[in-house]
Amino acid sequence: MTAEAPSPKGIDPVAALKDAALAGLLAFGLFLPLVGFKTVQNMRNEIELEARLPLLFALVAIVAGGRFLNALIVAPWLARRVRARPRREAAGGAAVFSRWLTPFALAFVVIYPVLALAIAGMGGAAKWIDNFGIQILIYVMLGWGLNIVVGLAGLLDLGYVAFYAVGAYSYALLAKAFGLSFWLLLPLAGILAAFWGVLLGFPVLRLRGDYLAIVTLAFGEIIRLVLINWVPVTNGYAGISGIPRPTFFGIPFNASDQGFAAVFGLEFSPVHRIIFLYYLILGLALTTAYVTTRLRRLPVGRAWEALREDEVACRALGINTTNTKLTAFAMGGMFAGFAGSFFAARQAFISPESFTFLESATILSIVVLGGMGSQIGVAIAAIVMIGGTEITRELDFLKLVFGSDFDPTQYRMLLFGFAMVLIMIWRPRGLIATRDPSAVFRKRRAISVELVKEGHG
Amino acid sequence: MNAASPEPVLKVEHLTMRFGGLVAVCDLSFAAMHGEITALIGPNGAGKTTVFNCITGFYKPSEGRIALHHGDPAIWQELETATDRGGRFLRRPGGALFLLERMPDYLVTQQAKVARTFQNIRLFPGMTVFENLLVAQHNPLMIASGFTFLGVFWPRAYGRAEKSAVDKARLWLDKIGLTSRADDPAGDLPYGDQRRLEIARAMCTDPVLLCLDEPAAGLNPRESHELNALLQSIRQDHATSILLIEHDMSVVMEISDRVIVLDYGVKIADGPPDRVRNDESVIAAYLGVADHEVARVEAEVGL
Repeated sequence: MTAEAPSPKGIDPVAALKDAALAGLLAFGLFLPLVGFKTVQNMRNEIELEARLPLLFALVAIVAGGRFLNALIVAPWLARRVRARPRREAAGGAAVFSRWLTPFALAFVVIYPVLALAIAGMGGAAKWIDNFGIQILIYVMLGWGLNIVVGLAGLLDLGYVAFYAVGAYSYALLAKAFGLSFWLLLPLAGILAAFWGVLLGFPVLRLRGDYLAIVTLAFGEIIRLVLINWVPVTNGYAGISGIPRPTFFGIPFNASDQGFAAVFGLEFSPVHRIIFLYYLILGLALTTAYVTTRLRRLPVGRAWEALREDEVACRALGINTTNTKLTAFAMGGMFAGFAGSFFAARQAFISPESFTFLESATILSIVVLGGMGSQIGVAIAAIVMIGGTEITRELDFLKLVFGSDFDPTQYRMLLFGFAMVLIMIWRPRGLIATRDPSAVFRKRRAISVELVKEGHG
Repeated sequence: MNAASPEPVLKVEHLTMRFGGLVAVCDLSFAAMHGEITALIGPNGAGKTTVFNCITGFYKPSEGRIALHHGDPAIWQELETATDRGGRFLRRPGGALFLLERMPDYLVTQQAKVARTFQNIRLFPGMTVFENLLVAQHNPLMIASGFTFLGVFWPRAYGRAEKSAVDKARLWLDKIGLTSRADDPAGDLPYGDQRRLEIARAMCTDPVLLCLDEPAAGLNPRESHELNALLQSIRQDHATSILLIEHDMSVVMEISDRVIVLDYGVKIADGPPDRVRNDESVIAAYLGVADHEVARVEAEVGL
């Protein structure tokens, strides 16, 4: 192998020049009609063609030059790197990384509000804890909930937001009508959402793949349309406002003498409530993760995964696939119901606008991007997707570059689409592309996701 | 092989299966004896797998009765009572009688204890070998985990219950020689190992009757010899009778106690392997000629 000459194509300047010339020619052909001419109206309202040759040639030069540099420098460098890369090093690094990631991430999310307070101060911390912390954690929790249905049981659910809506409206309506406390309504909202999960489950039991996706999508829309049109109960588009806020075990967060600040001898600040809500959703999200982890090690969780792998084999082993599917829908729905009631309590206002298909799509893309079935992957994807949305609001310095008309939030979806395409090219099965076995005989080994089925229904 | 006159464990009577105008199985009756290996053979398309799918509940037969018993064979006398009563099964202190044609597929395994394997292997490829064997013990584990509630809120109690499941998995891992690969994904195993794992997985459901659909397909001679040993040991060490579909005559003739031959959905022979081997109509079916031409064709090919 030592005698192997470097590939002649890699550093041959003549071939690189040819390649660049061809690319330039192609670019010229493409850009000539697209960029080369512009239609303008003259004084007599006639349309005239205006040639934009400098721009055209600049573009062609960029393409040709880039192609030339690529053929001369980048491609040989990449080829050398692929050949030189030792195969095992990456695996060892990944093992160390995954062992320390979870404890480190847990410690970070626990001290995050303290960090935010220390860095941004009382005034500035609210934004960071609320917009980044709470917002991301809601989606982490929703992602983990949907992960049960899509990632473990392999049932593609495009209407997951319906359960989120059921949870939110259950809390809002029951709290307003009966004055029940948040702590009582939280489990109740979860149970109601789980019940809707079973209701959805029954008609879709026989459906698979695309058909299942369409029916779940329709289910999500039905719930939203009911919320819009059942005005006497849900107040339609106007939504429900003045939803009671959760209290600190009976102590409200307000400036009164019985309020949280007064009882604990602190100066009143709205940040208290935000920090409380942060730890509340953190607790809920971690409960979701814990329960899911436990369920995976129990027969029901293993049956979900077996169902995703091969439904016929499941039935041949005496597993009641009907019940297994229904429990997956119910568990997924329940966690969305918890998240929904938290959402209603945090916002104090909900309307059908919050429960559109876009939300379902966001949650599903979090699960898919993260790697189906992987909890760490889903958490990372939620941070990237939701944190990414929020961070575009913070990029005001770009106005200095692109002028004051430039609004970075407008480019959010473009950036997402771009990120999504890149991920799908490099990691088509998500960020974490290994499956952690649910039971270990002697030695834990991660399973390459290429062997793992994606589910059929 | 102990009892002088074995009792049937499975009785198939007048089984007919129609798909539209096609009659895949026509008025088939046979019995699989307790503690024996019964082979179901026949040319391609003879309806063997259809019979299997009827027995294991994947198809609902158009006509006929498929009955299986647990425990005391005396309960066979109540077969007509059980049929007329209209239920799926009849339980008595000494035994139980199941009418398989009335049961959905998963209950056939769960209640009547009939396990099966598939012609094209159906493992859970993304799960480890060990996990595959645990999934097979779903029903007892589900009860042990208090239908999940106990398992979530009281992990320790469930951990104890899981131990026996792990022991059973260990036993079968040893038996099929896959202990060293227990933590590898099942999809990574070589073909022969996958076949044996599928049998072990079916056995983890504690079956009374094990239905194997072409277990030796695609195995080399050494592997099919190992398979024979495995099947013999299943028959001797466990209270499991075996019903198998097979094309590999070395397997069929060596291990089966009784051979049933199907052709175009009709039973053409039924008996011990030696007798079936020399049966005129069986040879005719396999050679694809009419009965009266057998002698001529045999002479031609030098049999």
